[in-house]
Amino acid sequence: MKLKKNIAISETGFVFDPTTGDSYTLNSVGMEILSLLKEGLSREAISTKILEKYDVEKGVLERYLYDFLGQLKQYQLIEEDDEN
Amino acid sequence: MGKIAFERPLIQKIQAGLPSKYGMVRRPEPIEDIEGISIESLLKEYGSPLFILSEKVLRKTYKEAYRAFSSRYPKVQFAWSYKTNYLNAVCKIFHQEGSWAEVVSGFEYEKALTNGVSGSKIIFNGPFKSREDLKKAIENDSLIHIDHFDELYELLNLARDLEKRPKVAIRVNMDTGIYPQWDRFGFNYENGEAWDALNRIMISKEIDLLGLHTHIGTYIMTVQAYEKAALKLADLAIGLQRKYKHKIKYIDMGGGFASKNTLKGAYYPGSDTTPSFDDFAEAIVSALMKSEFKPDHLPLLILETGRALVDDAGWLAGTVVANKRLADGRRATIIDAGVNLLFTSFWYEHDIRPAKHLSEHTEDTTIYGPLCMNIDVIRDHIQFPLLKKGDPYVVRRVGAYNNTQWLQFIMPRPPVILIDTQGGTHIIRDKETLETLNHCEHLPEHLT
Ligand SMILES: Cc1ncc(COP(=O)(O)O)c(C=O)c1O
Repeated sequence: MKLKKNIAISETGFVFDPTTGDSYTLNSVGMEILSLLKEGLSREAISTKILEKYDVEKGVLERYLYDFLGQLKQYQLIEEDDEN
Repeated sequence: MGKIAFERPLIQKIQAGLPSKYGMVRRPEPIEDIEGISIESLLKEYGSPLFILSEKVLRKTYKEAYRAFSSRYPKVQFAWSYKTNYLNAVCKIFHQEGSWAEVVSGFEYEKALTNGVSGSKIIFNGPFKSREDLKKAIENDSLIHIDHFDELYELLNLARDLEKRPKVAIRVNMDTGIYPQWDRFGFNYENGEAWDALNRIMISKEIDLLGLHTHIGTYIMTVQAYEKAALKLADLAIGLQRKYKHKIKYIDMGGGFASKNTLKGAYYPGSDTTPSFDDFAEAIVSALMKSEFKPDHLPLLILETGRALVDDAGWLAGTVVANKRLADGRRATIIDAGVNLLFTSFWYEHDIRPAKHLSEHTEDTTIYGPLCMNIDVIRDHIQFPLLKKGDPYVVRRVGAYNNTQWLQFIMPRPPVILIDTQGGTHIIRDKETLETLNHCEHLPEHLT
């Protein structure tokens, strides 16, 4: 699972996909997850990072993370790799 | 080190050139308290979901409506439309403010009597009144509004049997330019049926014709319709004076004023488009003044306003049950109250809000009730903040028709509380339980 290479992320919470021309807005947690994905972190590593920083239970985070990654996939912003 | 508050991660596609129908996304602002009482604390104390009514809003709205009419017309009387909300506490508040009762069944009639309304201050409407109901209404000098000829003949019969003169009005239906025209109740004005009924009553000499009644529909947004209706009733009244030298005592304009809720499919929110009580009063009173009524012989003006008096005084609070994603990627939020409790969600785009400040962000969301039924949708498409399981929500303007049309379907109904004018809270209807419902059931011997 990787963020597509040419996706542009702005610091103010906007994302641009040059392949489709679509733009997206994200909230801060969404932005943070996207940046970690761009750095190449795995789902587990992302989860650990977020748990360290935010006041959230592991089970709750897992659910939202799963849902969020599903959305990214639906918007075709991430590509599956062999890991899955 | 303290951790940062967590918000569900969110991504949304920006749809250039596709603004919402109001030109921008409206973020529903949270409503955290009702008259200074935190909604979360009420849910904690009384359980979730919970209906909340405000005595202050009920009284204030009544006073506004009464002032709109009484400042323009010398003789005004409201009659509380029981079917709109017949919780006894609500009825009692309106009766204390001076309202009579307007009922449409033997059950509602009994309720009004039990609430201490004297028989002569009960208006008995509707297409079905049993012989027993009519008998009681005649004996109590109630105002019987005749719906059809079969009822008129039944009354003539009863008048002879009881040797007592029923006090009546006829209900008149008419073309007021609004669609649909409610022609199933009462006698038609345009085709002469109303005159037919009036002639039979006057010729019989066994019934006291006190008034003329119409109720042109519900959630009416055009005040001109009321002007037309008032002119037509005035025309009948003047005709009665000419033909029979009979002066009626009252004109009853029924209910039907729109509340500030937004109808499904409406382009603008109801709070921007609903005429005020002053607008409705101006239309009705100016029509009566324009008619041939002599200024010193004006009939009493009766109003049976329902939803516009009570909608704003009711809230439904509850809790988010779950979130899920639909096959097309849209967010769905399930809450613990559905169409079983909010019958009016079949008509209205209900104004649902988070009951605490949770998130700046919104997402296109479908809000479902808890019933295992496809029809259980509270909002189809709403830009809604990201609520999590367990977060509180509140729906505004639910005071009309929900506490009477709610369904005991799949689950028992929740309690209703009243916030009094001092901020005290009172349970005015208990939460239903299995025992409440089993109380009405019996098992035949062979099944026990
Ligand atoms: C005869 C009569 N009067 C009054 C009302 C109250 O109407 P609303 O709630 O639209 O004001 C109704 C409701 O349908 C009615 O049938």
